[in-house]
Amino acid sequence: MSPVPLIFGSNIIDSFLAINGLQVVIKNLPYLLEGAVLTLQITTLSVLFGMILGLFGGLFKLAKNPILYAISTAYIDFFRGTPLYVQILLLYFGILPLLLDATPFVAAVIVCSLNCGAYTAEIVRAGIQAVEKGQMEAARSLGMTNRQAMSYVILPQAYKIVIPPLINEFIAVLKDTSLVAVISAEELTLRGKLLYSAYFEAAWIWGAVALVYFIMTKTLSLLGDYVERRMATE
Amino acid sequence: MIRVIDIHKSFGKLEVLKGINCRIAPREVVCVIGPSGSGKSTLLRCINQLEAVNSGQIFIDEQEITSRHTDINKIRQQVGMVFQLFNLFPHRTTLENITLAPMKIKGIPKDEAEDIANELLRKVGLTDKSSVYPNQLSGGQKQRVAIARALAMQPKVMLFDEPTSALDPEMVGEVLEVMKDLAYEGMTMAVVTHEMGFAREVGHRVLFMDEGIIMEEGTPAQIFDNPHNVRTQSFLSKVL
Repeated sequence: MSPVPLIFGSNIIDSFLAINGLQVVIKNLPYLLEGAVLTLQITTLSVLFGMILGLFGGLFKLAKNPILYAISTAYIDFFRGTPLYVQILLLYFGILPLLLDATPFVAAVIVCSLNCGAYTAEIVRAGIQAVEKGQMEAARSLGMTNRQAMSYVILPQAYKIVIPPLINEFIAVLKDTSLVAVISAEELTLRGKLLYSAYFEAAWIWGAVALVYFIMTKTLSLLGDYVERRMATE
Repeated sequence: MIRVIDIHKSFGKLEVLKGINCRIAPREVVCVIGPSGSGKSTLLRCINQLEAVNSGQIFIDEQEITSRHTDINKIRQQVGMVFQLFNLFPHRTTLENITLAPMKIKGIPKDEAEDIANELLRKVGLTDKSSVYPNQLSGGQKQRVAIARALAMQPKVMLFDEPTSALDPEMVGEVLEVMKDLAYEGMTMAVVTHEMGFAREVGHRVLFMDEGIIMEEGTPAQIFDNPHNVRTQSFLSKVL
């Protein structure tokens, strides 16, 4: 057999598959987008709880109280020092069952929140430390307590500093939620996987999944640019 | 009004204050002069506990502020501080810089706090700047706002930590003018400064510090015209 028909033949098959793959993606787009909605839900909740955890984690990391410092340091070290994948497995299979009857969705939110909180804590700490030392001194010299100085003087300035790294963190969380597929939370990646095992259209299906992720992260980063620009003119 | 008894302060191995004793009487203006690194600023920062002393005592109005049992925030409300680098709150307007502490600490209602602030702005000659942010002010204007901000808490004492050292020369005068008015109104003031003209004209007493101790003190006339200490003589010969 000469190679020419083979190449010719494979091209035909390729183009046939391409049409088929596109059809698969189009037909199953609602199915994938449902997964994307779940991805967004997990991300939004995790970022929300992560910000609360991160605010306190960051403040405690700067606290003079040794107990608060130790708690936040241990928390941050653990969640930044181990892979999220392992954290998901450990909490979902190892720890959460002892505490509550968590659905994959709830477990995903808990793990992603804890993980996001650890990174946010470091962002908050760095942001607070980036505010000039003289600001705290001026506030304290007027007679403000540490807490008053933090809430009226330091944090309002720190929040502008932390916006860009926070947006980065949110984008990272959104992408990292793909790992919760392992505990069968049916978010975008798991939906892609299920679709793939039904149709075996790797390039089309994973390409579509990647595109949907990209649209979401790009939207987030454009939003971040907008917020940054608005703050710069303020 | 202020009594400082044998205070020592070290940063690591560096001993910055080596036993300082001094008093500031009510309505007195005391100027602290001396070469950089002599501990002048540290002394001032110890007086409102921005730096904790290693040993010794400081009393303000017979209350020991170096004691653990003293509510330092209460004390600081009575001790205004003006910094070399102004340290205005950049996210607040001029007016808000002044009203923030009275509103949040003393719980004074907004309109009342604004009345006080506007009165102070008039006093420092910045009535027209009340709604601008600090980054739109010149150095001299910033420092005058900083003085107004400290005054808004109605302190009994004002501490000035090299208030004109970061200013362009042509702006020094406007700040000194405000401080002079304050002194003539009878405010108790401790001023760390390199402005010898101000110390001579406005100061009731001048302290010369070097190497962490007060080398010489006296009236401006004594210190500037007839210094006894060799160090004082050599310092003054360089700056005058």
